[in-house]
Amino acid sequence: MKKNIIKRFLYSQKVAPYVFILPFILTFIIFFAYPMVSTVVMSFQKVSGGNSQFIGLHNYKTLWNPIFIKSLKNSAFYTIVTCALMIPIPLVLAAMLNSKFMKKKTLFRSVMFIPALTSVVVAGTIFRLMFGELEGSFMNQVIGSFGLDPIVWLRRPTTVWIALFLLCLWRWTGVNMMYFLSGLQQIPKELYESAEIDGANKIKVFRYITLPQIKPTTIYVLTISIFGGLAMFTESYILFNGNKSPNNVGTTVVGYLYRMGWEQNNIGLASAIGLVLLFIVMVVNVIQLIINGTFKKGEN
Amino acid sequence: MRLKKNNIMTILLLIFFIIVSLIILLPLILLFVSSLRPGSDLMRYGLNLNIDWSEVNLNTYKLLFSGQNPYFIWYKNSLVITVVQVALALFLSACVGYGFAMYDFKFKNTLFICVLLVMMVPPEIILLPLYRLTIKMNLIDSMWGIILPYIVVPMLIFFFRQYLSGIPKEFLDAARVDGCTEYGIFYRVMVPLMKPSFAAMGIYQGMQSWNNFLWPMIVMRSASKITLPVGLQSLLSPYGNNYDILIAGSCFAIIPILILFVLFQSYFIDGMTAGGVKG
Repeated sequence: MKKNIIKRFLYSQKVAPYVFILPFILTFIIFFAYPMVSTVVMSFQKVSGGNSQFIGLHNYKTLWNPIFIKSLKNSAFYTIVTCALMIPIPLVLAAMLNSKFMKKKTLFRSVMFIPALTSVVVAGTIFRLMFGELEGSFMNQVIGSFGLDPIVWLRRPTTVWIALFLLCLWRWTGVNMMYFLSGLQQIPKELYESAEIDGANKIKVFRYITLPQIKPTTIYVLTISIFGGLAMFTESYILFNGNKSPNNVGTTVVGYLYRMGWEQNNIGLASAIGLVLLFIVMVVNVIQLIINGTFKKGEN
Repeated sequence: MRLKKNNIMTILLLIFFIIVSLIILLPLILLFVSSLRPGSDLMRYGLNLNIDWSEVNLNTYKLLFSGQNPYFIWYKNSLVITVVQVALALFLSACVGYGFAMYDFKFKNTLFICVLLVMMVPPEIILLPLYRLTIKMNLIDSMWGIILPYIVVPMLIFFFRQYLSGIPKEFLDAARVDGCTEYGIFYRVMVPLMKPSFAAMGIYQGMQSWNNFLWPMIVMRSASKITLPVGLQSLLSPYGNNYDILIAGSCFAIIPILILFVLFQSYFIDGMTAGGVKG
């Protein structure tokens, strides 16, 4: 009898949705909300073993040190340059691939997608070896063919950045191109036809029809590039075979968080770093929402 | 005359994309060529395309399959974790997405904002408290420590909800009249309708789980339990004594995915570019 009541309750149309949503509610509370709150609390604490004591803003003050500022700069620089590369290049490639003169589109599309299938570890390993310091390492052979001497790529800031950007470009160009391709294919053909009748040239068509029409795609790609850039860590970890780039040339915010949290067991400080990163991400989010919102208003 | 000009365009575009494709494939070609040489060559001469075809052999692969190294233990670990995580994440996220798409209930909007919130916050921010929680729950060094925190995936919820919103709700009422229970409708009516989205999302989640590095590295401690990416990374020592396994193993980590990709291209592309502007 009692069992029946429970069953009727669970099977009612009012309760069923909550049963469906329950897995999310549980994981949200346990694996998101609780850790989030505990980061906030720990960022004001000195955590050692089982007991922890409040130390106010001390962690945030400690955070204001040259290495953290360098890691902030590194992350910001990485984010800005990857955005500057990862939008125009895939967009132009997509536009070219989408051209009516192009043949074998599917084949090339697939080939360019292949790098996205490799893990960061495999891709990072290949790039680490390509940018090796030996005379016979691939990149040294390349510059050697221009008559230049071998470079110790992963020790000098400029060349470290080249390696990091090329790695990012290699892995994500195909994926971003795919976003732009599907964006381009959704543009109504009539727009191009009427432009052709009006006698607009290719560049004008691209500027006044293509670019505005794919703005939503661009904003989406920009957003994921910003988030990916700000949270970058593994690429640098593999390239330098650990969280230890010479002179911190490749230390990112997450890298510094990892160093504090795991390598130096400074949990309070690591939590503060997490919150600084969260703050930056939220600011970016708000800016993005404003741009998106005004965009929609303009359209109506 | 006009036709001729178009042909030139086509040829120029083809040449351009052949060059781009070669550049894109180059790192993988480098990896593959190196796997046909002893790892010590790599240490001495660096990673390059110079190869003496008379000395090409499959010794590195023989060593890989010899069973004298933990490579296939890592492979198996990764495979088990990927399969379990994909199965659970698909099922649970589909339930949640279905709940959001098909019902009206109290706090629906607030809860959905929570889904979006999890999507917006980079997971690295809460990695440390999550790690401490995993220790408290006694899940360190266990496959469940890797899987449980990411068992319900907001991205999948979002996608399934989007996918289901195209299905009219009258479907549900008709099934109810026929005497289906709420869960019966989901299981018998909706799940079959969702099959195409399961394929794309399965690939999305599968790639995430298979290639995941940071969290599995943090959770697993025993050498016999680590996953493939973590194991491969451990071979990347500066002394190069394990480069045979590293290079052949990296190749062998990509090849199965490449075969799957060739067979199910459109699902891969749909899955891995999900969440695009269509959403």
